[in-house]
Parts: sequence; C-alpha cells; structure tokens
Amino acid sequence: MPAPIRLRELIRTIRTARTQAEEREMIQKECAAIRSSFREEDNTYRCRNVAKLLYMHMLGYPAHFGQLECLKLIASQKFTDKRIGYLGAMLLLDERQDVHLLMTNCIKNDLNHSTQYVQGLALCTLGCMGSSEMCRDLAGEVEKLLKTSNSYLRKKAALCAVHVIRKVPELMEMFLPATKNLLSEKNHGVLHTSVVLLTEMCERSPDMLAHFRKLVPQLVRILKNLIMSGYSPEHDVSGISDPFLQVRILRLLRILGKSDDDSSEAMNDILAQVATNTETSKNVGNAILYETVLTIMDIKSESGLRVLAINILGRFLLNNDKNIRYVALTSLLKTVQTDHNAVQRHRSTIVDCLKDLDVSIKRRAMELSFALVNGNNIRGMMKELLYFLDSCDPEFKADCASGVFLAAEKYAPSKRWHIDTIMRVLTTAGSYVRDDSVPNLIQLITNSVEMHAYTVQRLYKALLDDISQQPLVQVASWCIGEYGDLLVSGQCEEEEPIQVTEDEVLDVLEGLLVSNLSTPVTRGYSLTAIMKLSTRFSGVNRIKKVVSIYGSSIDVELQQRAVEYNALFKKYDHMRPALLERMPIMEKSASNGPTEIAQTNGETELSVVESKHPLPITQPANQANDLLDLLGGNDVVPVIQTTMPTKPASAGGELLDLLGDLSLSGGPAPAPSVPSSQPSFLLDGLSSQPLFNDIAAAAIPPMTAYNKNGLKIDFTFERANPNPNIAVITIHASNSTEADMTDFVFQAAVPKTFQLQLLSPSSNVVPALNQGTVTQVIRVLNPQKQQLRMRIKLTYTLKGSPVQDLAEVNNFPPQSWQ
Amino acid sequence: MIKSILIFNNHGKPRLIRFYQYFAEEMQQQIIRETFHLVSKRDDNVCNFLEGGSLIGGSDYKLIYRHYATLYFVFCVDSSESELGILDLIQVFVETLDKCFENVCELDLIFHMDKVHYILQEVVMGGMVLETNMNEIVAQVELQNRMEKSEGGLSAAPARAVSAVKNMNLPEIPRNINIGDINIKVPSLSPF
Repeated sequence: MPAPIRLRELIRTIRTARTQAEEREMIQKECAAIRSSFREEDNTYRCRNVAKLLYMHMLGYPAHFGQLECLKLIASQKFTDKRIGYLGAMLLLDERQDVHLLMTNCIKNDLNHSTQYVQGLALCTLGCMGSSEMCRDLAGEVEKLLKTSNSYLRKKAALCAVHVIRKVPELMEMFLPATKNLLSEKNHGVLHTSVVLLTEMCERSPDMLAHFRKLVPQLVRILKNLIMSGYSPEHDVSGISDPFLQVRILRLLRILGKSDDDSSEAMNDILAQVATNTETSKNVGNAILYETVLTIMDIKSESGLRVLAINILGRFLLNNDKNIRYVALTSLLKTVQTDHNAVQRHRSTIVDCLKDLDVSIKRRAMELSFALVNGNNIRGMMKELLYFLDSCDPEFKADCASGVFLAAEKYAPSKRWHIDTIMRVLTTAGSYVRDDSVPNLIQLITNSVEMHAYTVQRLYKALLDDISQQPLVQVASWCIGEYGDLLVSGQCEEEEPIQVTEDEVLDVLEGLLVSNLSTPVTRGYSLTAIMKLSTRFSGVNRIKKVVSIYGSSIDVELQQRAVEYNALFKKYDHMRPALLERMPIMEKSASNGPTEIAQTNGETELSVVESKHPLPITQPANQANDLLDLLGGNDVVPVIQTTMPTKPASAGGELLDLLGDLSLSGGPAPAPSVPSSQPSFLLDGLSSQPLFNDIAAAAIPPMTAYNKNGLKIDFTFERANPNPNIAVITIHASNSTEADMTDFVFQAAVPKTFQLQLLSPSSNVVPALNQGTVTQVIRVLNPQKQQLRMRIKLTYTLKGSPVQDLAEVNNFPPQSWQ
Repeated sequence: MIKSILIFNNHGKPRLIRFYQYFAEEMQQQIIRETFHLVSKRDDNVCNFLEGGSLIGGSDYKLIYRHYATLYFVFCVDSSESELGILDLIQVFVETLDKCFENVCELDLIFHMDKVHYILQEVVMGGMVLETNMNEIVAQVELQNRMEKSEGGLSAAPARAVSAVKNMNLPEIPRNINIGDINIKVPSLSPF
C-alpha cells in the first residue's frame, strides 16, 4: 500500500478539476483510499489522512467516517496527532453523536498534561463543543486551571468556564471563588476573558450581579489606567491602548450599573472622561465611543451625561464613514423611547439619511423617522416620508406604507389631510399596502361624514387615471357604490366639483369588471358597488343587465353575488332600498373590529342562509333544517339550539356575535349538571319561578302556549332591561302523565323579522305527575315591533316510545311585543 | 457571541468555515451559499453590516464582513458583540495571518487550511474573543508549530533532515507564492 498522498498534493489535484463532476470523482477516489488506510490502522499516516478529510469536509463532502479516527488521534502521544485530532473533533463531532463522549477521558488526561499547549488544545475543544455531560465531568479541572498562574492557560480556562456555565448553569457557583482575583491580573488576555466570564455570570444570575457590583471601583480603575497610561507598544492599536479591553469593560459596567444608583454614580466620571478624551478619527476610537454612549444610556446617568451621549451620536450621523452612521442610527432607535426630545434635535439629519444610497442605512433611518413623528412635526415629516415612499425600493414600500398609515391615524391634523395622505399612498405604492389597510380605510372614510363628497370625487379621478393598483381600486369602487349620488350631483365643497354622469360612473365600474388587471376580490367589490347604485341612480335597467350577465360568470363568488342581486331585483324589490341604504358609522372596537363588521354588514347582508353563521354543533343544524322544511321554506331564521343541558351557555354565546347590539347579561344560569329528578334540584327550579312570575306578573301576563297529551308549556315574560326590543320568555314545561318524559327537547322558530336565541334548558327530563318543571329561556329580538308569532316543536320519550309534536303559538299578549 | 466565521473568495468557494453552533452539513453549505449571495451583491462603499439571512438565525444576528481583494471575511455575530469591535477584530485576524504567512495571499489559505484554523483558534474560542494582541497570538502559534515540526509535522515524513527537505519541494514554493492575480494586499493599519 503506497503512502497516502499529502494534503498539499490532494489540494493541488482537486484544483485542477475543471468541472464539479471531475472534482467529485477525484474526491471519491481519495475517500476510498483514506477509508482503506483507516481500516489498516495505520498510525503514521493517520494525521495526514484526517487533514485531507477535513479539507474535503470544508468543500462540502461527507466526512463522518473520520470521526472515530479523530478520537484515535487525540489519544496518541504526539502533539501533531493531537492537534489535528482535536481540530477534527471540533469540526466533525458534536454532542448529537454519542461518539463524542469517548473523548471525555482523553480530554481529562490532557487537561493535566505537562505541556501547556496540549492543555490549551483540550480546553479549546471542551470550550467549543463540550456537551453538558462532559462539562459536568470536567468542570472541576477547568476550575483548577482557572487558578493557575500560567496566563496562557488561564485565559483559555476562563472562556471554557463560560461555555460550561452556558451548558450547565447550576455549576456557576463553582467558579465563584476563582473569580476573586481575576481582575488583578496584569496580562490583558486574561483580563479580557475574565471580564467576559464576569459578564456571563452577571447576565445569568441576579445574585451574581449584586455580588459583583463591588467590583465597579476596580473596573473603573483599570479603565482609567488604560486611558491615561500613554503609549504602550504591545497593546496599542492606532494610538489607543487595548481598545478591545476598554470596550469589554464598558459593556460590563453597563450591566452592573443598570438599575443601581450607587454604581452608576461611581461610573459617571470615567464615562465622561472616556467620552471626551477618545480620539474619533479612527474606527477604534469610534468603537469605544459607541460603547460608552450605549452604557451612558443604559445606566442611571445624570442628564448632562445623557445629553453628551446623544450629541456624540448626532456627530456620528454626520461622519462620512457609513459604518458609523449605521451604528449611530441603530443606537438612536434604541434611545428614542426614553430621550425623545434630545433625539428630536437631530431630526433633520436623520431625515437626510433617508436619501442615502446604502440600503441598511435607509432602513434604519426610516424606522427612526417613524419613531420621531409627533403632533408637531407631522406635516413636515409626512412630506419627507411620502417623498421617500415614491423613490424607495420595493422591499421598503410595504413597511413604509403601513408606517405612514399608522402615523397619519395617530397625528392627523385634519380629516382632509388624512384622506389626502391616504390617497397619496394608495396612488404611489398602492400594490404594496397590506391587506388589512383596505377595510381600515373604508372605515375611516365612512366615519368622516363631511368628507364623503370630496373623497369620492378624488377617488373617482384616481380611478380614471389608473386601475392597476388593487387596494386603491377596491376602496374607490366601494366609495363610489356608497356615495355615487354625491358624485353625480356635484356637491363637493372642498374642491372644484367635476361633472359626471351616471353612465360615466357605470362605465368605469363595468370597466373594472372586465379588466384583466382586476383580481376576483376587486371584481366582487365593483359588482356590489354597481348594485348599490341601483338605489342611488335613476336608471336601473343598465344595472339590471350587468347583474344578470354575471349570473353565469365562471368565478363562483361573482356568480353567487350576481344571482342573489338578481333575486333582489325580481322577488324582493320591496326590500332593496332598505338593504342597500347607506352604511352606518362603524364602531372601532379593536383593530380587527371593523373588518368583521364590514364583512357581516356589507357583503353578506343579502345572503341569510350563508355559512358565515357559526354552527357550534351539527346536530341542531340538522334539526334546524328540519324545522325549515316543516315551516315551508324561506321565511324563518334557523335557530341554534342547545340540546343537552350539559352544554355551557357559551354555545349560545356565539349567537351573541350575530345579534350585534344585544347586550346579554347572561340570563338565568343554565343547569350545568346531569339531568336528575332530585327534588332539591327541582325545588331550585321551582323557587326561581316565583321570582319570574312576580316580575312577569307586574309587567306582562304569562300564557299557556301548548297543552296536549299531558304536556303543558307555559310562557312567562320579562323585558331585558338594557334593550326594550328584547323580550325574555321563560318556558315552563310540566308533565301531568304518570311517567317521566325523558329526552325532552324544545325547539322554536320565529318569522324572519325576529331573531331568537334559546339558552340551555334546566334539564331534559320532565318529571311525571307535575312534580317539577323544565325551564328554558328564550330571548327574542323584535326591532320592528311586529306581532310575535312562534312555531314550536317538541320531542320527548314517554314510556319508551318517542313522541313528536308541532304547534303554532299566536296568542302572545300584546305587551310582549309592543 | 460569534456564531460562525466564513472566508470565501469572490466566486463563493469556501476557504475556511468555522461554526460555533451546530448545523448539519447540508445546512452549512447552504448558509455559505446564502451568505455569499448576500455579501457579493453589496457595493464597495456601503456599510459593512448586514442583517443576516433567514437561514442563519433570525432577528438577533448580523453579518459583519470585510472584503480584501479576492476574499470575503464574514463574521456572523449576535447583539452581545460590538459591531465596530468585530470590524477591528477582522482586521487583527488578517494582520495576524499576514505576519504568520509573510504577505499572505489566497493560496496560503488554500494550501494551509489547517494552519489557518490553528491561528483562528488562538483568536476566537467557543464563539468568544480570546486574544486580540497580535504579537501574542503569533508567538503562541510559532511555538506550537515548532513543536509539531520537531515531531515531523503533518506529513509525518521521517525525521531525517534530508528527506524532510526533499519533501518540502523547495524550488516550487517561491513560484507558488508570486502568482500575481491572487495576491492580497493587506494595507498596514490604515483601515483603522
């Protein structure tokens, strides 16, 4: 077996490959050679082979068969072997493979090796990829090395300790005694890593934080020495003494001083000194200044210092170096919440950064500008931001548009300005606005009543120019549908009114329907708008024609709408004006609120039997459908019924959403437990009755709704206090036969102008011989004060056989519905 | 914490990859490709900070990079590191390479990948900065190299001097170094 080729040879060979396939072939050949060499357990050349394997791994080829070989190398006595072995372990192994645990013993031995470089290798490997088991086993060794006087090992041990703490936080206490004199080291490497270790401990545990606060004076002293010490050749970087260490110490000071007055006090002087003395002509100086500023902002510094910090940031903004400007913008963003006024002073510089060529800077400047907008500067800022929106990259447009909307909503000086701003955004970045902005805008427009004519006119003009931006088109067609009459009558006060005829408006809307640029959603909007105009415009025939054409559209959504509108023209023409009248002002309950209301009121009003009504259980739905069949079709609203008494009242609660302004305060509590015929339970039911009777007697007399085959159902009435349109009816079902009626279910249906809600019954067993009653509460909404009529269906099981009955209840006392 | 250190050339070929957090192999290669894609698009006079791509982990991570002639040095860090500080660190690392390899160029990185790893190990350990003093780093690396050489080095050639010299391919080395178009000019200290 010839000696395996050297790493150098391999690299040279691979580099001659001209295609990916050639390279792959070479590598596969070499892998095969390496594999057979491993099998032969060749000790001399193992390190060479592993080195080659690592190279191939870097190029992206699989190298897992070398993992065990790395372990063998680590166990070898030669330094070379160990070096490449540990490197291989760090690159190829990780805690997911069980193989790595085999390393633990080797590392333990190596941590106690006589050569410091071997110890260093072991520490390095443990600190990079040590798993929690390994860390637990070896933490003691690491702690020992933390106390050694060898600075090379000490600094590595410190970072290894950080890794151990990250993996096994409970071990943090173990390292506490070793930290005692870490800071008195002279060696900067050790100081640096010690500060890192202290930082990690403070971040993880508030107790440690409190404990280490006493180190603040020492840290301040070290920092002072660094600044004042003058030129020290070994640590000098561009005239500044060990900037990395300064930055680390400043960071630790930040954590220590964060909410603590005393520590912050102790730091004030040194921070001011660093801030004023550091040279800013080179990057290192700026790095230190930047860190100082961040520290000043985070601790409880005095206000003079804070102003100094923000001024430094302001100076950074004017620097030519892009990195500095980026960093300044980032920190200003962090501080704008707390020191708003100070940052405002730099507003003009920030706005200038919007015009920078660098994408990262532009993004930061945009975020910061939105944070700086307030009531005073809204007009000026908005001008700049809109200009930015015009010219920025597409990736920014969505965020910028949302930001503009939010800012306009919070600080708009006048409604007209608000609408103008929105129009501007829609016309310039219309295709990038988020989906929820359309309903929000519609709600905004509806609520600014006096601006309707102006708005619809501007939107119409915008539509004439360009119909490609969907959100704009959707909002415009909705407005034209609502306020088309204002448009045609030329009533606009704010602007010169334009002369538009009805036909022109319909031309535009029909154009939207046929255009290729319109999405299906937009088409839906424009069809509905055309329909609404049928009540606002005089000429209806054209509209009728359009609507009937789309009755056979391929798009199902469009077809459904067209068919329903057609039906509206044909069968329900008397209802059309009522249905298509102006939208009321919408309540803005939550940011999602308007969307829901808009959906239910606007687009689905016409289709009553649509599946937008939430049906909590399928069974009642079937029963409801039965009722519908029974009661002959379309003139009844299906009622959602809770069949089992165990169903909580919240099922009925879903109806509450549909009923909109019904403020239901929960009514009498439905019985939650299993139906039983225990007297105590019935007594409860009974005892609640007199209450009702009293109230009912005072207001409305009770009545008997049904009395047949031993089952008697009485109705008692009550008005729900907050809303006089709601009548609360309690049914009392009693059974005069000799056997109990089980599985008793009461259902009711009312004509369409009413709405009905059934709460859970008290039980579904009506005890025999009038021993008790089943009560159930019905709430009826009767906004039009029409005569209350009801059809009821009763099902129960008597003596093992099921019984079903239907009845109509017409004898409601007049007071119950007037 | 430093999440990863990547060095690749202008065509995206990796010259050194080091991850301080576990990623599967395919993931690693994908990260390299994505990072190269992001970084190569950048103009030369924009800032050196990039929000990281979606692969390498979300909102807290930034890419800080420096472009030296044909090589990109990219450090992926989280918010606990100072951005400007990392820029300086990259500079220190490159200058250290320069000292160790005598006018380092891309070929040095290609053929001595293991040595570059060893140097890096003295600068960054476990994702954290270990030593920033150039002279210190160089001294330690030198000592370790000497130990390795005394054992015969990676090539594990016989310890006899003659064969060692023969195997070093002395005549070829100077020619390799001076291939002009792949030379990195590391300006001394002026980027600071």
